[in-house]
Amino acid sequence: EIMQLHHQKHHQTYITNYNKALEQLQDAVTKGDSASVVKLQSAIKFNGGGHINHSIFWNNLAPVREGGGEPPKGSLGWAIDTHFGSLEALVQKITAEGAAVQGSGWVWLGLDKELKKLVVETTANQDPLVTKGANLVPLLGIDVWEHAYYLQYKNVRPE
Amino acid sequence: MALRSVSKKSLGLGLGLGLAQLGHVRGLQSFSLPDLPYDYGALEPVISGEIMQLHHQKHHQTYITNYNKALDQLDQALAKSDSSSIVQLQSAIKFNGGGHVNHSIFWKNLTPIREGGGEPPTASLGWAIDKDFGSLEVLIQRVNAEGAALQGSGWVWLALDKELKKLSVETTANQDPLVTKGSALVPLFGIDVWEHAYYLQYKNVKADYLKNIWKVINWKYASEVYEKENP
Repeated sequence: EIMQLHHQKHHQTYITNYNKALEQLQDAVTKGDSASVVKLQSAIKFNGGGHINHSIFWNNLAPVREGGGEPPKGSLGWAIDTHFGSLEALVQKITAEGAAVQGSGWVWLGLDKELKKLVVETTANQDPLVTKGANLVPLLGIDVWEHAYYLQYKNVRPE
Repeated sequence: MALRSVSKKSLGLGLGLGLAQLGHVRGLQSFSLPDLPYDYGALEPVISGEIMQLHHQKHHQTYITNYNKALDQLDQALAKSDSSSIVQLQSAIKFNGGGHVNHSIFWKNLTPIREGGGEPPTASLGWAIDKDFGSLEVLIQRVNAEGAALQGSGWVWLALDKELKKLSVETTANQDPLVTKGSALVPLFGIDVWEHAYYLQYKNVKADYLKNIWKVINWKYASEVYEKENP
């Protein structure tokens, strides 16, 4: 039920509103209407961010029978051990950060592609990971908006 | 919360030992969950009993628990003059304290239909609404639009600026109380638009929640608050 609502309603709404905002932006740019151009940035950031984040999110999840949950190996497994000590430590860090997000947002495992470092980051609302650093690449994100879990987990986000 | 005692260590003579030793930030007071003025199911069908119970017993209670904990930690940090921790704790105090403040107001902003929920405001508040918005319908439309447009979690408020003697519609993010939008602002009522406030019943359709909640808005209480500031 959550997956269907999340995909068909929430993600779709971000896309619909993103498209609408981009149309209005085109209009405003054509007319040289800077006030509107600037005003539209909030809707573009929020809805465009929602589209980006959720598009990534669907790829971050997989059914158990298709390998979901199987621990990382190879270079990523090695990098996790290097930067966090162990996979367990990483999971604990993400859980703590995700639980601590005040309001709506996301928790990410990111790669700083310049420093060649793994990081755990959070972003507010629908801010994409790049808003925390232009060199950050999302390896996986977890949606901690209440709509992502409430029907099943109610208030118990840590679950 | 009262300062139990403030004792200042005298400054070391010429040595600049400096830091005044603050006493504790509060005595034995802990904040606790206020009772709802009605049963959990009393706002149905507008807000389900399941939502009311979770919202009150879990969400509001958790804000209180974490608020008390943060205040304890603040107490200790003050005793040690640990400014780094004092500053670090402000986020938890703002968020959880704000959650407690906001929800305490919210329970009073709602009332069962049979106890007058939804009955339009009259007297001075009704008049002020007509003056500042044109009509109650316009106000409702404004509140619904602002609530729907809020990005992420937050609240939408009918505010009275007690200095300018003007009504306005404001929104705050997360658990920021209304005063963060202006120190002269008094909340006449707030509507929680965090997803937990409606999701189990309305799912993603926040607009339906906003459309329906007017049936249980406690205008009588809003009028009392208004009249207290406008005797």
